Amino acid sequence: MRDAFIARLTEQARTDESIMLLTGDLGFNVVEGFRDAFPLQFLNCGVAEQAMMSIAAGLASTHKRVFAYSIVNFATFRCLEQIRNDIAYHGYDVCVVAIGGGASYGTLGYSHHGLEDVAVMRPIPGMRIYSPADSLEVASCVDEILEIGGPCYLRLGRQPGSSPHAGPPDISTGLIELARGTDVSLLVTGPLLPTALTAAAAAEEQGVSVQVVSVPRISPLDDAELLKVAGGRRIVTLEEHSTIGGLGSAVLESLARSRQPHDVHILGYPSGGFDISGSHAFINNSTGLSPDAVALALVDQG
Amino acid sequence: MVHAGKASHIGSSLSQMDILAVLYAGAASVTPERVKDPERDVIIVSKGHASAGTYAVMAHAGFFPLAWLDEFCANGGVLSGHVTAGVIPGVELSTGSLGHGLAFGCGIALAAKLSGSTRRVFVLLSDGECDEGSVWEAGMFAAHHGLSNLTAIIDRNGLQSFGSTELTLALEPLGAKWEAFGWAVSRIDGHDHESLKAAFAADHSRPAMLIADTTKGRGVSYMENEVAWHYKTPDDEQLAQALTELASEDA
Repeated sequence: MRDAFIARLTEQARTDESIMLLTGDLGFNVVEGFRDAFPLQFLNCGVAEQAMMSIAAGLASTHKRVFAYSIVNFATFRCLEQIRNDIAYHGYDVCVVAIGGGASYGTLGYSHHGLEDVAVMRPIPGMRIYSPADSLEVASCVDEILEIGGPCYLRLGRQPGSSPHAGPPDISTGLIELARGTDVSLLVTGPLLPTALTAAAAAEEQGVSVQVVSVPRISPLDDAELLKVAGGRRIVTLEEHSTIGGLGSAVLESLARSRQPHDVHILGYPSGGFDISGSHAFINNSTGLSPDAVALALVDQG
Repeated sequence: MVHAGKASHIGSSLSQMDILAVLYAGAASVTPERVKDPERDVIIVSKGHASAGTYAVMAHAGFFPLAWLDEFCANGGVLSGHVTAGVIPGVELSTGSLGHGLAFGCGIALAAKLSGSTRRVFVLLSDGECDEGSVWEAGMFAAHHGLSNLTAIIDRNGLQSFGSTELTLALEPLGAKWEAFGWAVSRIDGHDHESLKAAFAADHSRPAMLIADTTKGRGVSYMENEVAWHYKTPDDEQLAQALTELASEDA
């Protein structure tokens, strides 16, 4: 997904010299292509994320379109106030690009697991939050970010093994229906999309009809669209994020704003991180995010 | 302002008045007519708590009506207790949390270098603000990228919110630190207008750091060098005395 991001940004930068890519000293074997193609539009700010975000705001105040790149926790928690005050408050055109969403850094441990980032970014005023499922959704997200502008957050995880998309999908409503179903709506964000589709198929075999909707844009969530797509059904949400404050919370808030009765089961990581070391797949499988566990939750909700 | 608004930070406001007065009087190339001009010089007040002093100087320089000052920190007023961008013409960055302004200024200075612009960036920091690690992150960045169009000024009044800077988290030798970080450092009297003008006019090949020795609460005898006036609001009697003393100094 990192490569897909850089590829799309590089493509866009060919016709837009205001695009700048800043990194907090990360991106080895990923960002070099951009750097070499546009050396004056690339800046390694060093391991100094607070300064990087303020510098990004300063550059954006001169009408640069800035993408500031780091690992989830370093790109959010470390410099949250710079994002809130310097970027978002002034409405500057800065996209915080975070890699390693969820537990995709596996055995690197707690410091590198991005578990609560969506929760802290969501309430920041004007912040658009993108959480693409795969490289094709990444391309659509980058295009929309450049089209709309303003402060935003692009959360990248580990590229899944398969994609249901034939090309970059239309993400204009923020919701992409990928399987129709009548009993339960499964709203999924990020790279768990193939897991969701496998789980939905398994639930179908047990008599529960599941609609699968990918949510590449968590904020803003369009209340009317959500009702139109998933209204009236019981809902399961699925994300590589704490069950507190992420997609599940966003869906609940949206339904509450619409004054809808709701039945939402939130699937994600338990709050508090993981006690043992393990790969990305190991952690997901042991925290209820495997296809089998998701299928069970769907049948239960159905 | 501070009396009517029952606000604070009067000491920090008085120590920086001469610095900002000289900048807005012409040392920086920005006027009320040019607040949207992409080639204007940029003044960033990173010590946003000194908003009373900042707004007073800006109003007198014509950026907004003097009448706004009467509603400083009033309910429904435009001017609040920390420097805020948006509706106030000429404010370049909302500040109030320390350690943001220098890096923001670096971004503008770098953009100017990239585009071949000759605009300059001035960032006013407090001395206590140098406790923040992000100030030094920005310091490294500015020197590394040779931002000779960036001038930072430290309002070196020696007092931070809870006491002396040297008893809190010693800053000295402050000049040597910035020198070691690659900046062109000069130490000046932050109340002497001629020294300030000369320092602002000097040409450097590196980012410039002016350590401006100042007096917190400058011009009001009972406020000078008193930590309490980081917070306190003068009462009627204290206000009258302060105005008398400041008037006599002007004379």
